[in-house]
This record gives sequence, structure tokens and C-alpha cells, in this order.
Amino acid sequence: MPDYSWPNAENRSLIGKRISRLDSPDKVSGRAKYSYDYHPPGNPILYGKVLRSPYAKAKIVSVDTSAAEKMSGVVAVEVIQKIGGTVQWAGDEIVAVAAIDEGTAEDAIRAITVKYEPLPFVVSDAEPPTGAAEAPGPMMEDDAWDAIDNQMPDGQFIAYLKEHGISFHPNDDLLKQFKGDGASDAILDAIHTAEYHEPTVSGPRSPYQKAAATTQGDPDKAFGEADVVSEGLYGSNVITHCCLESHGSTAEWPDKDHLFVHISTQNVSGVPSQMAEPLGVPAANVRVHQDHMGGGFGSKFSADRWDITAAKLSRKARGKPVRLMLERDAELQVAGARPSAYARVKLGAKRDGTITAWQSQSWGTGGPGGGGSPPLPYVFAVPNQRKEHTSIRNNIGPARAWRAPNHPQAAVITMGAMDDLAAKLNLDPMDLWLKNIALTGARRQTYEEEFAVAADLIGWKQKWRPRGQNVSRNIARGLGLSLHTWGGRGHASQCDLSIHPDGSVDIKMGTQDIGTGTRTTIVIVTADTLGLPIEAINLYIGDTLYPPSGASGGSTTPGGVSSSTRRAAVDAREELFTKVAPALNTTPDQLECKNETVRVKGDAGRSLSWKQACSKIGAVPITVHGKNPDKDRSPDLTNSGVGGVQMADVEVDLETGIVKVKKMVAVQDCGLIIDLKTAEGSCYGALIMGISYALFEEKVMDKSTGLMLNPNMQFYRLAGYNDIPELVVHMMTGKGYDERGVIGLGEPPVISPGAAISNAVANAIGVRVPFIPLTPDRVLTALGQKAGA
Amino acid sequence: MQDDDVKKPVEVSAGVSRRDFLKISGASAAAVPLIGTKVVEAAGTPVKVYGPGKTPVTLTINGKKNSLQLEPRVTLLDALRDHLTITGAKRVCDRAECGACTVLVDGKTVYACSILAIEAQDKAITTVESFTQGDKLLPIQQAFVDNDGSQCGFCTPGFVVATKALLDNHPNPTPEQIRRGLSGNLCRCGTYHGIRHAVAQAAQKGA
Repeated sequence: MPDYSWPNAENRSLIGKRISRLDSPDKVSGRAKYSYDYHPPGNPILYGKVLRSPYAKAKIVSVDTSAAEKMSGVVAVEVIQKIGGTVQWAGDEIVAVAAIDEGTAEDAIRAITVKYEPLPFVVSDAEPPTGAAEAPGPMMEDDAWDAIDNQMPDGQFIAYLKEHGISFHPNDDLLKQFKGDGASDAILDAIHTAEYHEPTVSGPRSPYQKAAATTQGDPDKAFGEADVVSEGLYGSNVITHCCLESHGSTAEWPDKDHLFVHISTQNVSGVPSQMAEPLGVPAANVRVHQDHMGGGFGSKFSADRWDITAAKLSRKARGKPVRLMLERDAELQVAGARPSAYARVKLGAKRDGTITAWQSQSWGTGGPGGGGSPPLPYVFAVPNQRKEHTSIRNNIGPARAWRAPNHPQAAVITMGAMDDLAAKLNLDPMDLWLKNIALTGARRQTYEEEFAVAADLIGWKQKWRPRGQNVSRNIARGLGLSLHTWGGRGHASQCDLSIHPDGSVDIKMGTQDIGTGTRTTIVIVTADTLGLPIEAINLYIGDTLYPPSGASGGSTTPGGVSSSTRRAAVDAREELFTKVAPALNTTPDQLECKNETVRVKGDAGRSLSWKQACSKIGAVPITVHGKNPDKDRSPDLTNSGVGGVQMADVEVDLETGIVKVKKMVAVQDCGLIIDLKTAEGSCYGALIMGISYALFEEKVMDKSTGLMLNPNMQFYRLAGYNDIPELVVHMMTGKGYDERGVIGLGEPPVISPGAAISNAVANAIGVRVPFIPLTPDRVLTALGQKAGA
Repeated sequence: MQDDDVKKPVEVSAGVSRRDFLKISGASAAAVPLIGTKVVEAAGTPVKVYGPGKTPVTLTINGKKNSLQLEPRVTLLDALRDHLTITGAKRVCDRAECGACTVLVDGKTVYACSILAIEAQDKAITTVESFTQGDKLLPIQQAFVDNDGSQCGFCTPGFVVATKALLDNHPNPTPEQIRRGLSGNLCRCGTYHGIRHAVAQAAQKGA
């Protein structure tokens, strides 16, 4: 069997070098076409617009679209909600129209009359009152509808059904309706097989739902024996994804049975089956194409209700292309949010800093679905623990995966609590982290090595002062740190690779490049394996015409696409060797690809140029299929579990409460790096996005109207060019790292910035600002409480 | 002829969108008393009146004249993107907050989402597409490539145009001039670090 394993360092021609992203020239010149840019030549598109609910919760009494339908230029109208149904957040889709231009579509939306019966709503995620949380009971039919409508993740849905059962009788008709509403087969199966229990709740449901409390070890004893107990409050509020290219698509029907969709997605190969059921066409008849996409960050895994609606409008408009891209306000209101998470934490430790006990009461919301529970304590497996979590179901709009779901929140809580403990013990936090490093488990050595590098890069030992002791006039300076982990094993991926008799090489894969450098990764692996320059490889991605490849999420893409590519390239190379060996009077196993030649190993004198070698292929190109995982083609080329350490240096203006990050350092491992420049770029980007959510971002909900108050880019603030300080990134490479295989990097470096910056601010001003973002009002409030204490 | 269709002032409904506002403020305020004329006196100044139906508009883009029929409420950005399929300038915030639609109008950076196409007539409009001749990138574009100044790339054309204008005006920019020149553009992926290095490289080699 050929050797599929990654080449060792001396045999890598491109892997691990600094190579510029291959799609950058198209992006800097405006040539790169995004889904939003799709405009078929000679075929005027229709413009879709959506009427959205002005109420956070309301029953839909009636919808009258007759005036809109009569308007000149209006081509199709589609009522999205059921009459009598209930919308659960402001901005939810009610009716959509397609018209010959945007202005007409907007006019038509205003001509629609909807009668609502407003209902009581909750948009707060404040700490639940004691005893408010209801124990989870069996799922009622209404809950099931809500969970499907609110896109509760399959895993969470199924786990709940398995644990708690149901309190309704699902007949085939109901299951069919669930399916029509978007429930997956796995969910339907879980509902079908769920145990029946009598309902436990009568009357209106509480917004508070308690997750099962867990206890590990003997926390009471551990706290009793602790030398020091530190208590604090920590958290992070709901933020949005704010993708610059909003969600949406252009849908058209080339004929009545075939749908063609240009959609902004992280999941090209997955979209057809998501659209097939609600549209009543086979998935095989749905083609998806996407060249470039303008940001997803976890919010673009699925064809959304508005995408299905665009396809329905197009069908009504005799197949004409209908573009339905979200407006900016809708993008911020409904197209994705990161759940909040807050916690009261108690930590017990010995005098030397050894942590012995953890206790947390946490809560948070991800909208109607309640939201996930952060993995507490984060990374550090404290031996004695007691934890309880309450999720708040409210009407702020649905949550979606946001880079490293639940981890940044867990880091803010855990690393904040540890930092406060260090302050209470008068310890340098780095010493406290290292004292407890054995609790981090498998990545312990990685963290130790990374701490040494990070401390050196930021000058920790020279600069660090105890809390509140580095103040000059009204400016306080401080250092903070955090660490993080993530999985990142490669996803399922398939590709077709061809070497043509003229020497050209192409590779086709139904993956997508969401700005992470996926194109560059695939081409580097192909070129390195075949001994060719990157320009020699023609890559085709972003289309369902190509072999399916997984969704770009959870840092699983680099491992997935590099593994399928490597296997395909090795198999194609072997086949080429078989064709070429006779011409070089040798056997295939004696050949290698080097510097655009095929040659006898170690004998540059017996070689053919790449083009000459490929001329031996014959009339038909070599085409091979690569996939991941592939048990028949070992070894496993990807891995799981990385570690990173980050440190922040901040300044706080004690008069205005304004926080400025002066420097940040990220030290990160991700196994074998394919492109060092893109890997570093991912870390720089993550630090910047981290500074943004640490200092500025908050989805502000109005408690009296239930509306989002800042659904725009003026008041939903992103970090700008001038907010970004000196950034230093160091990637761990070489022995101990490279041989682990390829691991993704999208999530890990974005986890720690909030925690590191929060800790740096506490170090600067001498008091914890409990929640991020660390806005001036929160900083001044904390300073005021410190002064008053 | 289109102007003859004007029968009454534009009704302002309870929910005035920004597009309506542009429509009202850009076209109809002076049109009310003088229906059917192309030029009216407003505060002693002759003002052209357009719409509200489609009206002929001529835009000079990258040195080429384009004749279009547009409603007066169409922004320069939408005229570029939807009527001419010049899509380098992106629509993101659509209200002058993010800079993704930055173009040059008579050499100055302008948010194309926030001026009407009719206002951009008789002016030289330059978009990112004009910077590239064939595959040849400008030094500033090459500097973005070399320094990893884009990830998803949706903000990149706006940043490239803003940087080009900055370096045209200040070939050796001070840090303060760079801060001012690039403060009108936002990136979500976090490419400011790469852009900072790209500006430094281009400032040395010329834009």
C-alpha cells in the first residue's frame, strides 16, 4: 500500500511554508464574486423582501396581502407563517414578496396588513430568582414545535428526548407535519421512539429551565478544608455574528423540476437535502453554487426559512431568479447570536495555589431554545465540583453556533475566577496556572511550552505587577492571561483528482472557502504531493456538482480537506508511477515526484519532466477519488485537541472607563501546519475579533418593547482599525506538534481574548469588571463599587 | 415625461425608511409647487427635479459613460451593483457605517450607499475594478496579498479603495493620517493587522 502519511520536514516542498492565499488577488481587485453579487447576465433578477414581526411574541390573527398582490411590478407573494401561529421573536418572517426592483418590493411590503395579538414576552437574561427554575419534564407537543421552529440542534433535541421523554402521542400525521416544518429524520426517529410520560407542568411555562445539577468528588469537604475561598461573578452577554455578507440566496428554477441556488453558506454539500423536503423536490435536483462568501462564523450551516422562501417565490415567478439577502437590521436581529453565560463561582484552594474545589451557579440564554451550558470549569478538571445551570428561554431571537460554541463564555468565567483567586493569594496568575497545569490533562506539556513562549513575547516577568499597582496619573496598566482548548478533527470529505495527459492537474471538491484559506490548503497539499508548483493545480470547489465535503464548522475543514486531498494525490501519483516506470527502466516503487519531475529516487539523472511523464498516461486522464475518513488508507492524517495560551496588556483610563488593549500575544498549536501564513492570519483575526467582543459587542434588547435596540453597525460596534494594538502570534511547530497530523484552527484562538483582556483589566484597576464587553459604564461601575467598599 | 407623472407629493407613511428619506430629500422637496418642470428655484438656486418614475441618468464610471434609466431613489451603490453588475463595492450596512461600498468620486472616498445615483452624475466615479489591468495588481493590492490583508474578503475592496486614496493624498502617511484614512472601514474577520502591514509596505513602494 502506498504511504499516505504526511511527508517529514525535509521532504516538504510547500507544506508549512508561508504562502499567500490563492484567492487574495481576486478579492483585492473586486473580481471575487460572492453569492450577493450573483446577477445572471441577460436575466433580470427579482428582488425579495420580507415583512417581519414588530412584536417579540405575538399570535398572528390575519394576513391580508391583496393590495400588495395587485401592485404593478409585484411578481409573487408568499405567506410564511401559519395564521393562528405564534412568532417568538421580533423580526421573525411573516410574508415575503418578489418584485421587479427593490423599491417596488419595499412598497409592496408596506401594503401588507397583518393583525397581531401581542403576547407577554421575555427578553431579559438577568439572574433567575432563587427557586424560579423548573425541573425539566417530558417534552410537550408545543415544546416540540418550538424546538423545531427554533432550530434546536439535533444532538441537544435527541438527548433531551432520550432523557425526559414526551407527553404527547405522535401519530404519523403529526410526524409528517414536523418533517414539513424542518425536523430531521433523526429527530423524528427520536420522537417516535421516545418514552411517554404524563405532563408535569400545567399553565404557562416558566422561562427558566434547570439543567441537571452535577456533583463530583466531595465539594463540601474540599471547601471546608480549603485555606482560601474566592467568590466572584463573571459572564458575557449575547453578541451577534454580524457577517458582512448577510445571510440569503438567489434561487431560480431552470425548469420546473430543478432548483439552482446561489447561497451564502458554510455548507455547500449539505444545502440540497435541507431544501429538498420543504420544496418537494429530490435533493439530487437541487444545485448549489458559491464561489466566495462574506463571513459565517458558525451562523451559515443551513438553508434558512428565507432561502426556502426565495425558492418558493421563484417557483411562483415561473423560475425567474429571486434574490433574497437579509437587510442589515434583520441580519443582526434574526440571523445568529452567541448565547450569554453568567456564573457565580466559588473556588477553594490551598495556600500554595493548588485548586481543590469548584462551585458554580450559571445561567444564560440563547433565545427561545434556552442556549447551551458552558463547559465549566473550563479546561481545568478541578477534583471536587458542584455545578448547576439554568437556561433562560426568551424572545430575543435564535442562537447559532458562534466560533467555538460555549468556550469563550466558559473561559471568561473560569479564567476570571482563577485570576481572582490568584489575586486573593497574592500570587502571579501565571504561577497559579502553572501550579495547577496537571489539571489540564492531555495538553499539559503544550501549555507549559506555550506559557514560556508567551511570557517571553509579552515580557510578563518584567512587566507584571500585583493588582492596581501600575497606575500613573489616571491611566492604569495591567496584564492578563488565559488558555483554551478545542477538538478540530477533520470532517468527512471527498474529492476527485485528475492528472491529464498534457500534464495539467485538477481537483474537484464540494467544499467551500469561507475566508479561512481552504483553497490554499487543498492546492498546497496537492502540489506538495505531486512535486509541482501551486500554479500547476486547478482547483474547483463550491458546487454540488463536485464530490461532497463537510460543512466548514468546528475547525474540522483543514483536517478533512487535507486528508481527502492527500489520499487522492498519493493514489494518483502511484498510478502515474505505474505508467512512467517502464520509460525509466525501473519499477513504480522506485519513483518519486520532485521539482516538476518524475525521477528515480535520489537519482536526478534518471528523470522525466512532469510533462514528459504525463505523456505516458495514454488517452484517458488518471482520475482518482479521495476521501476522509478512509480506514483502507491509513494512517489517520488528522487529529483532535489543541492548546493555546494568550496574554493581554491593557490600559484603562480611570476617569472615562475606556479600556485600550496595548498588546496581545497568542501562542497556539494546531498539529501539522499546511500554510503558516494563513494559520498566523487566523490567529491575528481571532485576536481582533476577540478584542471586538471583549470591549464593544452587545445585542441590546429593550425590555419594554422586546426589540433589539442596536440592529445596525453604528451602535452594534465592531472593533475598528484604530482599536487594534500590536499583535504577536507564535505557532508551535516541529517535534511534538507536526507528527500529530492536521488540526483546524478556526475556533481555538478566538476563545481566550475575552478572558485574557478581562483579567488584564482587573489587574490594572484592582477590581473585577464582572461581564464582558468591558464598556466604560461597566468599568466605572466596578471602580465605583471598589471605592465604596 | 416621467416628471409629468407626478400627481402629488410623496406620502410619508409612519415608517419612513432611509430609502424613502433619500427619495424625499433628494428629489421631491422642491418638486411640490412646480410639477412638470425639470428645473425649479429652491432658495434662489435652480434645482433639477427628477422622478419619481424612471429618469435618464448618466454615470461616468472608470472613465466610461453609462446611460441608465433609474428611479431617483436608486443609490449609486445599487446602480453600480444591480444595474451595471459592477460588484466590487459591497452592500453591508447600507447606511454609511462600514465602508464596504467605498468608491472614489472626483478622487474623494465616498460611501456609495449614501449618495443617490442622480447626484453622482457629471462626476468621475472610480471603483476598485479600475485598479487592475489584466492580472496586474497595483502595489497596494499586491501589498494586501503579501500581508494577508483579507480573509472572507467582503470588506477588502472598500479597504483597498480607502488605502489607495490615503496613499495618493499622503504618499508617506503619518500614523495619524493612516488612522484617519482607514477609520471609516470595518472588517469582521479581523484583517486589520495584515492591512496595517500592507499600508506600510505600499507606503514604501508607492500605491
